[in-house]
Amino acid sequence: MTTTTTDVAEISAVEPAAPEQAAASPLGSRAHLVRTYGPLLGIALLAFILLVWAPASLSPFRLGNLGKYCCWAIAAVGIGLAWGRGGMLVMGQGVFFGLGGYAMAMHMKLEAAGPGNVPDFMQLYGNGTMPGWWEPFRSGPFTLFAIVAVPAVVSLLLGYAILKRRVKGAYFAILTQALAVAFSTLLIATIKQTGGFNGLNTFTTFFGDNLYDPDVKRKIYMMAAGLLIVCLLVVWQLYRSRFGELLVATRDAEERIRFLGYDPANIKLVAFVVAAVMASIGGAMFVPIVGIISPSNVDATASIMLIAGVALGGRASLLGPAIGAIAVGYGQTTLSEQFPTQWTYFLGGLFIVVLLFLPFGITSLGPKLKSLVTR
Amino acid sequence: MDALTTPFLTGTATGAILFLAALGLTLTFGQMGVINMANGEFLMAGAYATYVTQQVISSTGLSIVVAIPVAFVVAGLLGLLLELSIIQWMYRRPLDTLLVTVGVAMVLQQLAKDIFGAQGDPVSPPSWMRGSIDVSGYAWPHRQLFTIVLAVAALGALGATLKHSSFGRRIRATVQNRDLAETMGVSTRNVDRLTFFLGSGLAGVGGVAIALISGTNPTLGTTYIIPAFLVVVAGGVGQLKGTVIAAWAVGVVTAFVTDWTSGSWAQVITFAVVVVFLQMRPQGLFTVRTRGLA
Repeated sequence: MTTTTTDVAEISAVEPAAPEQAAASPLGSRAHLVRTYGPLLGIALLAFILLVWAPASLSPFRLGNLGKYCCWAIAAVGIGLAWGRGGMLVMGQGVFFGLGGYAMAMHMKLEAAGPGNVPDFMQLYGNGTMPGWWEPFRSGPFTLFAIVAVPAVVSLLLGYAILKRRVKGAYFAILTQALAVAFSTLLIATIKQTGGFNGLNTFTTFFGDNLYDPDVKRKIYMMAAGLLIVCLLVVWQLYRSRFGELLVATRDAEERIRFLGYDPANIKLVAFVVAAVMASIGGAMFVPIVGIISPSNVDATASIMLIAGVALGGRASLLGPAIGAIAVGYGQTTLSEQFPTQWTYFLGGLFIVVLLFLPFGITSLGPKLKSLVTR
Repeated sequence: MDALTTPFLTGTATGAILFLAALGLTLTFGQMGVINMANGEFLMAGAYATYVTQQVISSTGLSIVVAIPVAFVVAGLLGLLLELSIIQWMYRRPLDTLLVTVGVAMVLQQLAKDIFGAQGDPVSPPSWMRGSIDVSGYAWPHRQLFTIVLAVAALGALGATLKHSSFGRRIRATVQNRDLAETMGVSTRNVDRLTFFLGSGLAGVGGVAIALISGTNPTLGTTYIIPAFLVVVAGGVGQLKGTVIAAWAVGVVTAFVTDWTSGSWAQVITFAVVVVFLQMRPQGLFTVRTRGLA
């Protein structure tokens, strides 16, 4: 099979192990087993690296960095679902990342302030009174509930409004990006309620544990990495379910799905909401690991960086988005420390090169090379 | 009266800039399905072209007159270069062109920072543009009036080109039915390139107006790209009259909301208004009637 980068049909043929191909081979055959459970081996390998190897061999500082990349990877897994499988280019996942992050940060801020007290920045910028909607975040269980429920409700309402009216493609992408821009501007403007440009920082405890204790840091890292593995397993199950097949079918031929009696908007809505919740979970874990959440972590640029990771790793593959996000995070840390300006060139160039020559990311490299060899 | 006239006039001027920024987007999107996120950087290129022209020609009055064609050509050539180097390989993947041009935008922005510095540079308006006219008690700056004149002139020139020139006829044919146009001997490849040049060049002209109002800045593209896209989305893709009305509406709504609340809330509310508007007209204000699905 010849492969040219410009031909869509051939590229999607190279796309790795989609469920509809698995269905074509007889059940129980060896190829079928490899296609279905092979990805599980990949997840297991990643789990081993993140949960066993990394804590044993990385310094606490590097482990913290890896934890940060894991948070981005959790959001990236969701983007892979919505964009890679659902065809919805979600360019505003920073918003949902931020909803989770700010919910967690508000709780930790109130924890640091102590019962009955007001977070320090409110005394600094405001008159020392706390807005009423902060109050419920004193409760840990409520915060955990909000981390899942708030992005789910927001994405459900927004997705319903946009998708039901069949707004799609570039329109959808632009609207999500506009949302990210509006969200970060709003955060900067509401300095008395959200800390404004500085965001929320200087925490002391995480659900009662001292944040500066190395053991607690390690525990938080394990939680983030563990949640990444859980999200990968959820997505793995989604991809091989009927829903996963419908989602891919909607991406490739929405009209046919509509004529078959399904409502494509509902199918896409589920993917959008799951992606939003995953981004929120990533954001919530980001806060105790990094110790700050600010508008620059959740704005359009931050959302684009998440997309960069997913594009690099391979949008439609299972592990690609997670690995890509970790790679881009690592690249940012190492490159931007040494050459701050070159990092922007690098990230921009990454978009250009990956999308021009390798639209399905590094995970499509294997099948692509194989097809060149067996030609 | 002032509470109404001031935001109305300022909003109209903003709408004029948005119109110039959105024209390139809507032309390339309507004709080729290409979403050019680097269009904001063409605005920036136009603004810097104005700045450089003013460094070369010290007479402010003359430099602005020269800067308009210079900005048009500089931004247009950048757009042509983008088409030739990257976009032409990706015509069948519209969503990917969006992301590729995001990458291009990052590179251009950083390039501007490295060449001209991260701080903006001031552009001094000529003396005849410094005054203001009195509109029912509000001193309306000439610069805003100039922006509107520039946008109207661009609209007139583009409208005439599309309607009366053979090049315009070929563009319209390509937009309406690419395959049939090709059958009739229209080189759609060349038409695409010229459209790219034209659209990017018009963004450059918008850059001249921005330079006069707020000076140059490496990141000014990011300020305008999202509102410009909202204009395209609300106005209907590839529709000149839709773009005019939507640009004006977005400009005025933003100005009014800014007046009542603050600039940040204005962004949020404008976004909400566009989403609600799409509920009523999902394809935008004006649409090309087609028998296609959805």
